[in-house]
Amino acid sequence: MTKMQFYGHNSMDFEAPEDLLPGRLFVLEGTDGVGRSTQISLLRPWLESSGFAVVDTGLRRSPLVGKGIDEAKRGHTLGPLTMDLFYATDFSDRLENIIIPALRAGFIVLTDRYIYSLIARATVRGANRDWIEGVYSLALIPDAIFYLKVDIQTLVRRIVPRGFDYWESGMDLRLGDDLYDSFVEYQKQLLKQFEQMKDTFHYQTIDASRSIPQVFAELQKRIEPLLPLE
Amino acid sequence: MGFQFAPIQFPGRLFVVEGVDGSGKSTQIALLRQWLVNEGYTVFFSEWNSSPLVKETTSRGKKKHLLTPTTFSLIHATDFADRTEKWIIPPLKAGAIVLADRYVFTAFARDAARGVNSEWVHNLYNFAVQPTVAFYFRTPLDVSLSRILGGRAELKYYEAGMDLGLSADPKESFKLFQKRIMEEYESMIEPFHLTVMDSLAPIQDQQRLMRELVEPHLSGLYRNAPTRFISGRSGSPRGRSKERSL
Repeated sequence: MTKMQFYGHNSMDFEAPEDLLPGRLFVLEGTDGVGRSTQISLLRPWLESSGFAVVDTGLRRSPLVGKGIDEAKRGHTLGPLTMDLFYATDFSDRLENIIIPALRAGFIVLTDRYIYSLIARATVRGANRDWIEGVYSLALIPDAIFYLKVDIQTLVRRIVPRGFDYWESGMDLRLGDDLYDSFVEYQKQLLKQFEQMKDTFHYQTIDASRSIPQVFAELQKRIEPLLPLE
Repeated sequence: MGFQFAPIQFPGRLFVVEGVDGSGKSTQIALLRQWLVNEGYTVFFSEWNSSPLVKETTSRGKKKHLLTPTTFSLIHATDFADRTEKWIIPPLKAGAIVLADRYVFTAFARDAARGVNSEWVHNLYNFAVQPTVAFYFRTPLDVSLSRILGGRAELKYYEAGMDLGLSADPKESFKLFQKRIMEEYESMIEPFHLTVMDSLAPIQDQQRLMRELVEPHLSGLYRNAPTRFISGRSGSPRGRSKERSL
């Protein structure tokens, strides 16, 4: 069971924090292009065929804020603080209205990124670490966090076919002259942040430079013992 | 209390007005603005909940009742962040006067009234710039209630605090919610050094006092030649004295 435990405040005033939720919360984390969504698209049918109901969620999918963030990102006028808080609103909306209700109803929740990417991004953009961690102290502690890790060279090879994106390349930070230079520098800084957070948040590192089936097999192996018994 | 404003200093000045709806704070800040502009100062006016980037999301959330106390708090913080980054800090850096109709205290009061953890909210807003002077327009509860309930056909859902389930009757809910908000404002006066204004006093008296309190903070600011009116009284609290004219 997912223990009703938050990183900091139970700001949302949920019932007794020691409540146990019958579902499970699994997080897939990692930088852009590490294959998180591919793995979720494999995990979901696997879990469902074993009889578990699954909800998957990810950044900007909040009915409240998702559209607003997309629109704000289209023009390049989104300041770093505003972006951090827009994403925090998106996160909280999904936490309160999707993730927690699903866990209560006994669903397995797979989330493509959680607070760690958001903390990493905010920190790279100059936010104070205590501040952003304080904002996300309302997050529920997941049952397991899998950090899909690849080196920067592998990452670049994977991104090339789909093209470099303005925000994924951190172009707002002007870290390089073009999308490629900026992407490499930005992703390097994110990787560094993920490394630094490893001990604070206790995530399990998965070597994601291997093939898709290999990574999937490892995730299955790690998730299986954590599933509810039939 | 545990709240810290951002540890930054700017050459400009920031004056804010706070208080519940119907306290007359918007009237007062509009008069203050007019005076400052006439006196030749560069003034930028910023209103609560006015960021174009965030506006649609907020109104969608309010219209469809999608907001929880946490997301209500966060979406307003997002709006405030956009205004701080774009419209409050740059004019302050430029040495201008920024006037804000509502500031972080509105968020603190409302969020606390909605039961959101104060420590969390204080952390959320710690990027805010410290105001030069923060005016709080104190209004007795029954006056503010009759001003708002008398002038408006219908109360909005969040405005009435209907999301809290205090009462099924919007008017009753509004009264209970406003009472909580006022208590929060009262508790902030001392720790935040809010300047209390009596919103029952005549408008001109309130404005005269406000100008008196603002004036000492204007020295050293860039100033154009003041606009002179042929007739009518000067807006300066002491009248336009010779030593102050440029």
